[in-house]
Amino acid sequence: MAIRVAGALESKPKKGVVDPIESLGRTILRARVLEDKLGNLYRAGRIVGGVYLGKGQEALSGAGGLALRKGDIFAPLIRDMAGRLGFGEPMVDALRAYLGSRLGPMKGRDGNIHRGDLTRGILPMISHLGAMLSTVAGVLVAKRMKGEKGRVGLTCAGDGATSTGSFHEGLNLAAVERLPLVVVVADNGYAYSTSRDRQFACEDLVDRAKGYGVEGHGVDGTDPMACWRVLHHAVERAREGAGPQLVVGKLLRLCGHGEHDDGSYVEKKMKSSERGRDCLKVMEEGMKKRGQEKEWQGWREEAQREVEEAVAKVSAEPVPDPFEEDWRATQSAGMAEVMVAS
Amino acid sequence: MSVTYLDAIRSAQEKALRDDPRVFIYGQDVGRFGGAFKATKNLAEKFPGRVMDSPISEDAMVGMAVGAAMEGMRPIVEMQFADFSTVGLNQMLNHAATTFWRTGKPCPMVLRLPSGGTPGSGPFHSQSMEAIYSHYPGIVVMTPATVEDAYTMLLEAIELPDPVVFCEHKLLYYHLKSEALPESAVPAFRARVVRAGRDITCVTYSAMVHEAVAAAEELAEEGYEVEVVDLRTVKPLDTDTVLASVARTGRLLAVGESWPWGGASAEVVARVASEGFELLDAPPKRLNAKDTPIPYHPNLWAAHRPTAVRIAAGLREVLRY
Repeated sequence: MAIRVAGALESKPKKGVVDPIESLGRTILRARVLEDKLGNLYRAGRIVGGVYLGKGQEALSGAGGLALRKGDIFAPLIRDMAGRLGFGEPMVDALRAYLGSRLGPMKGRDGNIHRGDLTRGILPMISHLGAMLSTVAGVLVAKRMKGEKGRVGLTCAGDGATSTGSFHEGLNLAAVERLPLVVVVADNGYAYSTSRDRQFACEDLVDRAKGYGVEGHGVDGTDPMACWRVLHHAVERAREGAGPQLVVGKLLRLCGHGEHDDGSYVEKKMKSSERGRDCLKVMEEGMKKRGQEKEWQGWREEAQREVEEAVAKVSAEPVPDPFEEDWRATQSAGMAEVMVAS
Repeated sequence: MSVTYLDAIRSAQEKALRDDPRVFIYGQDVGRFGGAFKATKNLAEKFPGRVMDSPISEDAMVGMAVGAAMEGMRPIVEMQFADFSTVGLNQMLNHAATTFWRTGKPCPMVLRLPSGGTPGSGPFHSQSMEAIYSHYPGIVVMTPATVEDAYTMLLEAIELPDPVVFCEHKLLYYHLKSEALPESAVPAFRARVVRAGRDITCVTYSAMVHEAVAAAEELAEEGYEVEVVDLRTVKPLDTDTVLASVARTGRLLAVGESWPWGGASAEVVARVASEGFELLDAPPKRLNAKDTPIPYHPNLWAAHRPTAVRIAAGLREVLRY
């Protein structure tokens, strides 16, 4: 069930209301421009570790991040630059993680997509897929126990992650506890190189919602305004106490698994299908129809300036120093064991 | 009135729930039923909403605790049996254990593991998991051997800012008794000399402490004074107390109920060999369970694990050198 908001891009926004087009448009442009830059930096050998991009997934991801409020919890996966920016992660933090600055939230101890900032409500993912569902559920249980009301947790997954036991256990637990958890699945056709027909046998992942006893929402992940509407609806349903929400966006990853991968295994018919549309182009077309081509171009130029400034700033920052690192994995007093073997 | 090892664990949880609103308990059947071993008996009634039944989802149970800990709570997760914690290993080893290192923010949680063998329990209800958890940085691993330690160390575990694996031994649950709950505690992370001796040091932990003491009594009749050291906490390992004991005795036998490949007893021997080689008058020796899954039949089980008889034989062997 794909929800489409045909014509939404043609109507002008009302005064005094957040313009979803500007909000989402700027967010997905910032993500795309930043990720294009990251790809270039990777090829220039400037990146520490791998680069994993979310091209083609910006609308679904960004709409999720933008649907949240301050005080909510966001646990992104690897293709959620747009969601992170939409939720308020500073662009410099992304670059600090990729360029290895010691000023980043992970201080060089972890990097790239594994960054997070618990003080901002951004949980740093671990690489093991599905693990963040139960973790966000735990944060929400804690908030409930503390009497904090009206908070929502949103976490992202891909079609591959839905095959893990963790995904199942986490969603089931959240459903049993009726937690305000939104799980956004980007069904992007491939888990690394494995196509969805080798990943699961059901027709549509959103059909699983009923089995878990949660509300399900399917959306065309290439249609930005449909993503905006569905994600806002799902987040509000969770906020008003309707329990976990499963959102499944159909789209295509428009890049390799990481920048080391050319994605040559992606079938041509997938690329030319509706799934293969680039959500940024869809948005740009809509802006043209509204006569807002100049605004779109302006947002793009602003994003380019922001990215260049952030890269310049972070490039001048100090890198981690092994002699200043305290090499302690626990916080307990008296725990500093000297491991002779090391 | 006597207090069992299990009473101590229940009482410690009750005290923590009473004293600290951040504490809650999550596990299979821990609610009104009171847990498979009754370690949470009556707690759900006394603390409504804070002793919660979980689905049979060990991975999600631990993941939930990680999230709650990040949000400032002090969750206690009860695994029904230590063996089942393998299903939750990923969340414990890769998530809970890495959180402080990666983020600088604490992840205070306790994973309670009903551990160790009992007659007739078989391969999947008898395991000792301390070696696996100790191998990973970022986790404290406690292995209490006495009623007093079960109580004071569990309270400590709940207060620590780090993830703690609390290995409580099922064989001690009902049979090990004390007069009353303790009023003082051995300092955190310190080993304890259970029985002083001058001829040989036997380092062990958990239920094996009682087997080692029995073996020491047997050797006392033969004229040997065995010093028994209870590690109490295997990670971090109190190397200082172990080396000080070996300095007195010159000989070492390290005993563990878990399997022989690696683990706490291997770590003790490795540290004494590398840091205290010149203290030794004989090659240090280890004694562990046999390298097979844990047998079901009591006849086989009794031969699989170290016992007082096997420990006494091991001690004599090192003494004869």
